[in-house]
Amino acid sequence: MTERTEALPSQRDISAEIVALHDAAEVGETQPRLHFPPYRSSLLRHPTKNPRPADPEGAELVAPVFGHSDVDPLEADLTVQSGGEPIGERMLVRGRVVDGDGRPVRRQLVEIWQANAAGRYVHQRDQHPAPVDPHFTGLGRCLTDDDGGYAFTTIKPGAYPWRNHRNAWRPAHIHFSLFGTDFTQRLITQMYFPGDPLFALDPIYQSVTDPAARERLVAGYDHDLSEHEWLLGYRWDIVLTGSHATYLEPEDHDG
Amino acid sequence: MAELIATPGQTIGPFFHEALPYDHDRELVPPGGAGAIRLHGYVYDGAGAGAPDALVEIRQADAAGVVPTTEGSLCRLGAAFTGWGRGSTDRTGHYWFSTVDPGPVRPGAAAFFAVTVFARGLLNRVFTRCYLPEHEAALAADPLLAGLDPGRRAGLVARREPDGGLRFDIHLQGDAETVFLTFPGHRS
Repeated sequence: MTERTEALPSQRDISAEIVALHDAAEVGETQPRLHFPPYRSSLLRHPTKNPRPADPEGAELVAPVFGHSDVDPLEADLTVQSGGEPIGERMLVRGRVVDGDGRPVRRQLVEIWQANAAGRYVHQRDQHPAPVDPHFTGLGRCLTDDDGGYAFTTIKPGAYPWRNHRNAWRPAHIHFSLFGTDFTQRLITQMYFPGDPLFALDPIYQSVTDPAARERLVAGYDHDLSEHEWLLGYRWDIVLTGSHATYLEPEDHDG
Repeated sequence: MAELIATPGQTIGPFFHEALPYDHDRELVPPGGAGAIRLHGYVYDGAGAGAPDALVEIRQADAAGVVPTTEGSLCRLGAAFTGWGRGSTDRTGHYWFSTVDPGPVRPGAAAFFAVTVFARGLLNRVFTRCYLPEHEAALAADPLLAGLDPGRRAGLVARREPDGGLRFDIHLQGDAETVFLTFPGHRS
Protein backbone atom coordinates (compact mmCIF):
# COMPACT_ATOMS: atom_id res chain seq x y z
CA MET A 1 0.00 0.00 0.00
CA THR A 2 2.74 2.46 0.93
CA GLU A 3 4.77 1.80 -2.22
CA ARG A 4 1.70 2.15 -4.33
CA THR A 5 0.56 5.41 -2.80
CA GLU A 6 4.03 6.93 -3.03
CA ALA A 7 3.83 6.66 -6.81
CA LEU A 8 0.56 8.56 -6.88
CA PRO A 9 0.29 12.30 -7.52
CA SER A 10 -0.72 14.51 -4.62
CA GLN A 11 -4.01 16.31 -4.20
CA ARG A 12 -2.06 19.52 -4.75
CA ASP A 13 -0.92 18.23 -8.16
CA ILE A 14 -4.42 17.17 -9.14
CA SER A 15 -5.99 20.39 -7.92
CA ALA A 16 -3.46 22.46 -9.89
CA GLU A 17 -4.31 20.49 -13.04
CA ILE A 18 -8.02 21.07 -12.47
CA VAL A 19 -7.52 24.83 -12.02
CA ALA A 20 -5.41 25.07 -15.17
CA LEU A 21 -8.03 23.22 -17.22
CA HIS A 22 -10.85 25.36 -15.84
CA ASP A 23 -8.95 28.57 -16.49
CA ALA A 24 -8.51 27.57 -20.13
CA ALA A 25 -12.09 26.38 -20.61
CA GLU A 26 -14.71 28.25 -22.57
CA VAL A 27 -17.83 29.25 -20.71
CA GLY A 28 -20.79 27.05 -21.47
CA GLU A 29 -19.28 23.58 -21.73
CA THR A 30 -22.23 21.97 -20.06
CA GLN A 31 -21.17 18.32 -20.32
CA PRO A 32 -18.05 16.70 -18.88
CA ARG A 33 -14.83 16.70 -20.85
CA LEU A 34 -14.14 13.14 -21.93
CA HIS A 35 -10.43 13.94 -21.85
CA PHE A 36 -9.88 15.21 -18.33
CA PRO A 37 -6.34 14.19 -17.27
CA PRO A 38 -6.81 14.87 -13.53
CA TYR A 39 -9.15 11.87 -13.69
CA ARG A 40 -6.37 9.48 -14.58
CA SER A 41 -8.64 6.70 -15.79
CA SER A 42 -9.85 8.97 -18.59
CA LEU A 43 -6.40 9.08 -20.22
CA LEU A 44 -6.71 5.85 -22.19
CA ARG A 45 -10.49 5.76 -22.37
CA HIS A 46 -11.47 9.03 -24.01
CA PRO A 47 -12.17 9.21 -27.73
CA THR A 48 -9.72 11.62 -29.33
CA LYS A 49 -11.82 12.49 -32.38
CA ASN A 50 -14.85 14.73 -32.33
CA PRO A 51 -18.10 12.81 -32.36
CA ARG A 52 -19.68 12.55 -35.78
CA PRO A 53 -23.00 14.38 -36.23
CA ALA A 54 -25.75 11.95 -37.17
CA ASP A 55 -29.47 12.21 -37.70
CA PRO A 56 -31.16 9.69 -35.45
CA GLU A 57 -33.20 7.07 -37.21
CA GLY A 58 -34.90 3.77 -36.56
CA ALA A 59 -34.06 2.34 -33.18
CA GLU A 60 -32.36 5.57 -32.12
CA LEU A 61 -35.70 7.36 -32.15
CA VAL A 62 -37.42 5.02 -29.70
CA ALA A 63 -36.27 4.38 -26.16
CA PRO A 64 -36.87 0.95 -24.65
CA VAL A 65 -40.15 0.66 -22.81
CA PHE A 66 -40.35 -0.54 -19.22
CA GLY A 67 -43.42 -1.30 -17.19
CA HIS A 68 -44.80 -2.69 -14.01
CA SER A 69 -43.78 -6.18 -15.04
CA ASP A 70 -40.19 -4.94 -14.88
CA VAL A 71 -40.08 -2.97 -11.63
CA ASP A 72 -41.55 -3.73 -8.21
CA PRO A 73 -42.61 -0.54 -6.37
CA LEU A 74 -40.72 -1.79 -3.31
CA GLU A 75 -37.47 -1.33 -5.23
CA ALA A 76 -37.77 2.43 -4.68
CA ASP A 77 -37.26 2.04 -0.93
CA LEU A 78 -33.66 1.05 -0.23
CA THR A 79 -34.29 0.95 3.51
CA VAL A 80 -36.65 -2.03 3.53
CA GLN A 81 -34.99 -4.46 1.17
CA SER A 82 -32.72 -6.51 3.36
CA GLY A 83 -34.60 -7.71 6.37
CA GLY A 84 -33.62 -4.98 8.79
CA GLU A 85 -32.98 -1.29 9.21
CA PRO A 86 -29.81 0.03 7.58
CA ILE A 87 -27.53 2.30 9.59
CA GLY A 88 -27.25 5.95 8.62
CA GLU A 89 -29.15 9.12 7.90
CA ARG A 90 -32.50 8.19 6.35
CA MET A 91 -33.33 10.41 3.39
CA LEU A 92 -35.73 10.90 0.53
CA VAL A 93 -34.67 12.09 -2.91
CA ARG A 94 -37.47 13.23 -5.16
CA GLY A 95 -37.50 14.99 -8.49
CA ARG A 96 -38.69 15.06 -12.07
CA VAL A 97 -37.18 13.76 -15.28
CA VAL A 98 -37.95 16.10 -18.19
CA ASP A 99 -36.71 16.45 -21.75
CA GLY A 100 -35.04 19.49 -23.25
CA ASP A 101 -38.43 21.12 -23.81
CA GLY A 102 -39.44 20.59 -20.22
CA ARG A 103 -41.87 17.80 -20.99
CA PRO A 104 -42.13 15.03 -18.43
CA VAL A 105 -40.52 11.71 -19.25
CA ARG A 106 -43.33 9.42 -18.22
CA ARG A 107 -43.29 5.83 -17.02
CA GLN A 108 -39.63 5.44 -17.70
CA LEU A 109 -36.97 3.52 -15.80
CA VAL A 110 -34.72 5.17 -13.20
CA GLU A 111 -31.97 3.06 -11.62
CA ILE A 112 -29.70 4.12 -8.75
CA TRP A 113 -26.75 2.68 -6.89
CA GLN A 114 -24.70 4.06 -4.05
CA ALA A 115 -22.34 3.42 -1.16
CA ASN A 116 -23.70 2.87 2.33
CA ALA A 117 -23.45 5.42 5.14
CA ALA A 118 -19.85 4.38 5.78
CA GLY A 119 -18.81 4.87 2.17
CA ARG A 120 -18.76 1.19 1.24
CA TYR A 121 -20.36 -0.42 -1.82
CA VAL A 122 -21.64 -3.98 -1.81
CA HIS A 123 -19.45 -4.49 -4.91
CA GLN A 124 -16.80 -7.17 -4.36
CA ARG A 125 -14.09 -5.01 -5.85
CA ASP A 126 -14.66 -2.29 -3.26
CA GLN A 127 -11.74 -2.80 -0.87
CA HIS A 128 -12.35 0.27 1.29
CA PRO A 129 -11.99 -0.95 4.90
CA ALA A 130 -15.30 0.47 6.03
CA PRO A 131 -18.11 -1.73 7.31
CA VAL A 132 -20.58 -3.43 5.01
CA ASP A 133 -24.15 -2.91 6.23
CA PRO A 134 -25.97 -6.25 6.10
CA HIS A 135 -29.24 -4.38 5.76
CA PHE A 136 -28.28 -2.15 2.84
CA THR A 137 -27.51 -3.01 -0.76
CA GLY A 138 -27.58 0.54 -2.12
CA LEU A 139 -29.54 -0.57 -5.21
CA GLY A 140 -32.86 0.94 -6.31
CA ARG A 141 -35.20 1.19 -9.28
CA CYS A 142 -38.45 2.93 -10.05
CA LEU A 143 -40.64 4.06 -12.92
CA THR A 144 -41.39 7.74 -13.29
CA ASP A 145 -45.01 8.76 -12.85
CA ASP A 146 -47.21 10.65 -15.28
CA ASP A 147 -45.52 13.91 -14.33
CA GLY A 148 -42.00 12.50 -14.81
CA GLY A 149 -41.65 12.25 -11.04
CA TYR A 150 -39.46 9.77 -9.23
CA ALA A 151 -38.69 9.23 -5.53
CA PHE A 152 -36.32 6.99 -3.59
CA THR A 153 -36.12 6.46 0.14
CA THR A 154 -32.57 5.59 1.08
CA ILE A 155 -29.65 6.26 3.41
CA LYS A 156 -27.32 9.17 2.78
CA PRO A 157 -24.14 7.70 1.28
CA GLY A 158 -20.73 8.37 2.78
CA ALA A 159 -17.67 9.76 1.03
CA TYR A 160 -15.08 7.14 0.14
CA PRO A 161 -11.42 6.97 -0.84
CA TRP A 162 -10.12 5.93 -4.25
CA ARG A 163 -6.76 5.61 -5.89
CA ASN A 164 -6.76 8.35 -8.48
CA HIS A 165 -4.18 10.18 -6.40
CA ARG A 166 -2.87 10.18 -2.88
CA ASN A 167 -5.54 10.83 -0.24
CA ALA A 168 -8.24 11.03 -2.93
CA TRP A 169 -11.86 11.06 -1.70
CA ARG A 170 -15.03 11.05 -3.73
CA PRO A 171 -17.74 13.44 -2.52
CA ALA A 172 -20.85 11.56 -1.40
CA HIS A 173 -23.00 10.75 -4.42
CA ILE A 174 -25.76 8.56 -5.79
CA HIS A 175 -25.36 7.09 -9.28
CA PHE A 176 -28.41 7.63 -11.50
CA SER A 177 -29.21 5.80 -14.75
CA LEU A 178 -31.94 7.36 -16.92
CA PHE A 179 -33.79 6.80 -20.15
CA GLY A 180 -35.78 9.30 -22.17
CA THR A 181 -38.30 8.83 -24.93
CA ASP A 182 -35.53 8.63 -27.55
CA PHE A 183 -32.65 6.19 -27.25
CA THR A 184 -30.31 9.13 -27.83
CA GLN A 185 -31.38 10.67 -24.50
CA ARG A 186 -29.74 7.89 -22.49
CA LEU A 187 -27.91 9.30 -19.47
CA ILE A 188 -25.86 7.97 -16.59
CA THR A 189 -24.75 10.53 -14.05
CA GLN A 190 -24.15 11.17 -10.35
CA MET A 191 -26.15 13.24 -7.88
CA TYR A 192 -24.22 15.08 -5.18
CA PHE A 193 -25.18 16.73 -1.90
CA PRO A 194 -25.14 20.47 -1.24
CA GLY A 195 -22.12 22.10 0.34
CA ASP A 196 -19.76 19.13 0.10
CA PRO A 197 -16.21 20.26 0.98
CA LEU A 198 -14.79 17.63 -1.38
CA PHE A 199 -16.23 19.21 -4.54
CA ALA A 200 -13.18 21.34 -5.35
CA LEU A 201 -10.89 18.35 -4.96
CA ASP A 202 -12.77 15.83 -7.08
CA PRO A 203 -11.69 15.43 -10.72
CA ILE A 204 -14.86 13.59 -11.73
CA TYR A 205 -17.17 16.35 -10.52
CA GLN A 206 -14.78 18.98 -11.87
CA SER A 207 -14.67 17.34 -15.31
CA VAL A 208 -17.69 19.56 -15.99
CA THR A 209 -15.80 22.81 -16.47
CA ASP A 210 -18.79 25.19 -16.40
CA PRO A 211 -19.67 26.07 -12.78
CA ALA A 212 -23.38 26.51 -13.46
CA ALA A 213 -23.46 23.14 -15.20
CA ARG A 214 -21.73 21.46 -12.26
CA GLU A 215 -24.37 22.88 -9.96
CA ARG A 216 -26.97 20.89 -11.89
CA LEU A 217 -25.47 17.75 -10.39
CA VAL A 218 -26.14 18.91 -6.85
CA ALA A 219 -29.44 18.16 -5.15
CA GLY A 220 -31.12 20.82 -3.05
CA TYR A 221 -32.07 20.25 0.56
CA ASP A 222 -35.85 20.67 0.66
CA HIS A 223 -37.38 20.97 4.09
CA ASP A 224 -40.85 20.45 2.66
CA LEU A 225 -39.75 16.95 1.70
CA SER A 226 -38.33 16.18 5.12
CA GLU A 227 -40.70 14.21 7.34
CA HIS A 228 -41.29 14.83 11.01
CA GLU A 229 -39.14 12.53 13.14
CA TRP A 230 -38.44 10.35 10.13
CA LEU A 231 -36.16 11.56 7.31
CA LEU A 232 -34.47 14.44 5.48
CA GLY A 233 -35.60 15.41 1.99
CA TYR A 234 -33.63 16.35 -1.11
CA ARG A 235 -34.91 17.48 -4.46
CA TRP A 236 -33.08 16.78 -7.70
CA ASP A 237 -34.57 17.37 -11.14
CA ILE A 238 -32.99 15.88 -14.23
CA VAL A 239 -33.08 17.32 -17.75
CA LEU A 240 -32.35 14.97 -20.63
CA THR A 241 -31.15 16.14 -24.02
CA GLY A 242 -33.83 17.44 -26.35
CA SER A 243 -36.19 14.90 -27.80
CA HIS A 244 -36.31 14.68 -31.58
CA ALA A 245 -39.10 12.22 -32.19
CA THR A 246 -41.68 14.33 -30.45
CA TYR A 247 -40.97 17.64 -32.17
CA LEU A 248 -43.73 17.02 -34.66
CA GLU A 249 -46.29 15.82 -32.16
CA PRO A 250 -49.04 18.21 -31.10
CA GLU A 251 -48.62 19.82 -27.72
CA ASP A 252 -50.15 17.74 -25.02
CA HIS A 253 -52.32 19.52 -22.53
CA ASP A 254 -52.48 17.05 -19.71
CA GLY A 255 -49.02 17.70 -18.27
CA MET B 1 -40.35 26.63 -25.69
CA ALA B 2 -36.72 27.43 -25.02
CA GLU B 3 -34.57 24.37 -24.81
CA LEU B 4 -33.43 23.53 -21.29
CA ILE B 5 -29.78 22.72 -20.67
CA ALA B 6 -29.28 19.04 -20.03
CA THR B 7 -27.99 17.64 -16.77
CA PRO B 8 -24.32 16.69 -17.22
CA GLY B 9 -23.35 13.05 -17.50
CA GLN B 10 -20.81 11.45 -15.18
CA THR B 11 -18.85 8.24 -15.44
CA ILE B 12 -20.58 4.97 -14.61
CA GLY B 13 -17.61 4.29 -12.31
CA PRO B 14 -16.34 0.87 -11.22
CA PHE B 15 -19.16 -0.21 -8.93
CA PHE B 16 -22.18 -0.70 -11.21
CA HIS B 17 -22.08 -4.48 -11.44
CA GLU B 18 -24.49 -5.15 -8.59
CA ALA B 19 -26.90 -2.50 -9.87
CA LEU B 20 -27.23 -2.57 -13.64
CA PRO B 21 -26.65 -6.14 -14.83
CA TYR B 22 -29.53 -8.54 -14.21
CA ASP B 23 -30.55 -12.05 -15.20
CA HIS B 24 -30.79 -12.50 -18.98
CA ASP B 25 -29.89 -8.83 -19.53
CA ARG B 26 -27.96 -9.67 -22.70
CA GLU B 27 -30.45 -12.22 -24.01
CA LEU B 28 -32.89 -10.35 -26.25
CA VAL B 29 -33.79 -13.81 -27.46
CA PRO B 30 -32.91 -17.07 -25.73
CA PRO B 31 -29.51 -18.32 -26.90
CA GLY B 32 -29.73 -21.22 -29.31
CA GLY B 33 -33.28 -20.54 -30.42
CA ALA B 34 -34.40 -20.28 -34.03
CA GLY B 35 -32.88 -17.18 -35.63
CA ALA B 36 -30.76 -16.35 -32.58
CA ILE B 37 -27.33 -14.95 -33.31
CA ARG B 38 -24.51 -13.89 -31.06
CA LEU B 39 -23.46 -10.25 -31.39
CA HIS B 40 -20.18 -9.89 -29.54
CA GLY B 41 -16.83 -8.19 -29.38
CA TYR B 42 -14.38 -6.40 -27.14
CA VAL B 43 -14.26 -2.92 -25.69
CA TYR B 44 -10.65 -1.73 -25.97
CA ASP B 45 -8.85 1.21 -24.39
CA GLY B 46 -6.23 3.32 -26.13
CA ALA B 47 -3.45 0.87 -25.25
CA GLY B 48 -5.35 -1.99 -26.86
CA ALA B 49 -6.27 -3.57 -23.53
CA GLY B 50 -9.77 -4.90 -23.01
CA ALA B 51 -11.86 -2.78 -20.65
CA PRO B 52 -13.13 -5.12 -17.91
CA ASP B 53 -15.50 -2.54 -16.46
CA ALA B 54 -17.51 -1.37 -19.45
CA LEU B 55 -21.22 -1.67 -20.12
CA VAL B 56 -22.72 -1.92 -23.61
CA GLU B 57 -26.39 -1.37 -24.39
CA ILE B 58 -28.08 -2.05 -27.72
CA ARG B 59 -31.40 -0.92 -29.17
CA GLN B 60 -32.68 -2.47 -32.36
CA ALA B 61 -35.53 -3.31 -34.68
CA ASP B 62 -36.80 -6.85 -34.92
CA ALA B 63 -36.14 -9.00 -37.97
CA ALA B 64 -39.04 -7.31 -39.77
CA GLY B 65 -37.65 -3.84 -39.17
CA VAL B 66 -40.09 -2.87 -36.43
CA VAL B 67 -38.67 -1.24 -33.31
CA PRO B 68 -40.55 -2.81 -30.41
CA THR B 69 -42.16 -0.73 -27.69
CA THR B 70 -42.89 -3.74 -25.54
CA GLU B 71 -42.10 -3.81 -21.83
CA GLY B 72 -40.35 -6.73 -20.19
CA SER B 73 -36.64 -6.11 -20.75
CA LEU B 74 -35.84 -6.41 -17.03
CA CYS B 75 -37.93 -9.49 -16.44
CA ARG B 76 -37.63 -11.47 -19.61
CA LEU B 77 -40.28 -14.14 -19.85
CA GLY B 78 -39.03 -15.58 -23.12
CA ALA B 79 -41.92 -14.43 -25.25
CA ALA B 80 -41.67 -10.74 -25.95
CA PHE B 81 -38.87 -9.29 -28.03
CA THR B 82 -38.19 -5.87 -26.51
CA GLY B 83 -35.36 -4.77 -28.81
CA TRP B 84 -33.14 -3.64 -25.98
CA GLY B 85 -30.35 -5.32 -24.08
CA ARG B 86 -27.51 -4.61 -21.70
CA GLY B 87 -24.21 -6.45 -21.46
CA SER B 88 -21.29 -5.82 -19.14
CA THR B 89 -17.79 -6.77 -20.26
CA ASP B 90 -15.90 -9.61 -18.62
CA ARG B 91 -12.34 -9.48 -17.32
CA THR B 92 -10.99 -9.47 -20.85
CA GLY B 93 -13.26 -6.68 -22.09
CA HIS B 94 -15.55 -9.07 -23.96
CA TYR B 95 -19.29 -8.47 -24.24
CA TRP B 96 -22.00 -10.49 -25.97
CA PHE B 97 -25.69 -10.44 -26.78
CA SER B 98 -28.05 -13.15 -27.95
CA THR B 99 -30.36 -11.47 -30.41
CA VAL B 100 -31.62 -11.45 -33.99
CA ASP B 101 -30.42 -9.52 -37.02
CA PRO B 102 -32.36 -6.26 -37.13
CA GLY B 103 -34.29 -5.64 -40.31
CA PRO B 104 -34.19 -2.33 -42.20
CA VAL B 105 -36.67 0.14 -40.71
CA ARG B 106 -37.70 1.31 -44.19
CA PRO B 107 -37.07 -0.07 -47.66
CA GLY B 108 -33.48 0.51 -48.67
CA ALA B 109 -32.32 1.55 -45.21
CA ALA B 110 -29.13 0.05 -43.83
CA ALA B 111 -29.85 -2.16 -40.82
CA PHE B 112 -27.96 -1.39 -37.65
CA PHE B 113 -27.92 -1.79 -33.89
CA ALA B 114 -27.87 1.49 -31.96
CA VAL B 115 -25.13 1.13 -29.35
CA THR B 116 -24.33 3.01 -26.15
CA VAL B 117 -21.08 2.45 -24.27
CA PHE B 118 -20.30 3.26 -20.64
CA ALA B 119 -17.09 2.55 -18.72
CA ARG B 120 -15.09 3.51 -15.71
CA GLY B 121 -12.79 6.24 -17.01
CA LEU B 122 -15.29 7.32 -19.64
CA LEU B 123 -16.79 10.52 -18.26
CA ASN B 124 -19.96 10.39 -20.35
CA ARG B 125 -21.73 7.76 -22.42
CA VAL B 126 -20.83 7.47 -26.08
CA PHE B 127 -23.10 6.40 -28.92
CA THR B 128 -22.25 4.46 -32.03
CA ARG B 129 -23.85 2.15 -34.59
CA CYS B 130 -23.15 -1.43 -35.49
CA TYR B 131 -24.22 -2.06 -39.08
CA LEU B 132 -24.96 -5.45 -40.58
CA PRO B 133 -22.37 -6.28 -43.24
CA GLU B 134 -24.83 -7.46 -45.89
CA HIS B 135 -26.82 -5.31 -48.32
CA GLU B 136 -23.95 -3.32 -49.80
CA ALA B 137 -26.29 -1.02 -51.70
CA ALA B 138 -27.99 0.02 -48.48
CA LEU B 139 -24.66 0.57 -46.76
CA ALA B 140 -23.43 2.63 -49.70
CA ALA B 141 -26.54 4.81 -49.51
CA ASP B 142 -26.35 5.35 -45.74
CA PRO B 143 -25.80 9.06 -45.00
CA LEU B 144 -23.54 8.47 -42.00
CA LEU B 145 -21.34 5.85 -43.64
CA ALA B 146 -21.12 7.83 -46.87
CA GLY B 147 -19.40 10.68 -45.07
CA LEU B 148 -16.65 8.57 -43.53
CA ASP B 149 -13.30 7.59 -44.98
CA PRO B 150 -13.05 3.86 -45.68
CA GLY B 151 -10.91 3.01 -42.67
CA ARG B 152 -13.24 4.58 -40.17
CA ARG B 153 -16.33 3.35 -41.99
CA ALA B 154 -15.13 -0.24 -41.66
CA GLY B 155 -15.14 0.10 -37.89
CA LEU B 156 -18.92 0.58 -37.87
CA VAL B 157 -19.71 -2.53 -39.88
CA ALA B 158 -19.83 -5.82 -38.01
CA ARG B 159 -18.10 -8.90 -39.39
CA ARG B 160 -20.26 -11.95 -40.07
CA GLU B 161 -18.85 -15.08 -38.48
CA PRO B 162 -19.15 -18.64 -39.79
CA ASP B 163 -21.78 -19.53 -37.17
CA GLY B 164 -23.95 -16.59 -38.27
CA GLY B 165 -22.88 -14.39 -35.40
CA LEU B 166 -21.60 -10.84 -35.62
CA ARG B 167 -18.29 -9.51 -34.33
CA PHE B 168 -18.17 -5.83 -33.42
CA ASP B 169 -15.24 -4.38 -31.49
CA ILE B 170 -15.38 -0.98 -29.85
CA HIS B 171 -12.16 1.01 -29.61
CA LEU B 172 -12.53 3.91 -27.20
CA GLN B 173 -9.26 5.41 -28.45
CA GLY B 174 -6.33 4.64 -30.75
CA ASP B 175 -5.66 4.05 -34.44
CA ALA B 176 -8.85 2.04 -34.81
CA GLU B 177 -10.92 4.44 -32.68
CA THR B 178 -14.61 3.77 -33.23
CA VAL B 179 -16.69 6.50 -34.83
CA PHE B 180 -18.85 7.87 -32.04
CA LEU B 181 -21.92 9.93 -32.76
CA THR B 182 -23.53 13.13 -31.63
CA PHE B 183 -27.19 13.79 -32.25
CA PRO B 184 -28.92 17.15 -32.76
CA GLY B 185 -30.17 17.40 -29.18
CA HIS B 186 -26.72 16.89 -27.65
CA ARG B 187 -24.38 19.61 -26.53
CA SER B 188 -20.69 19.14 -25.92
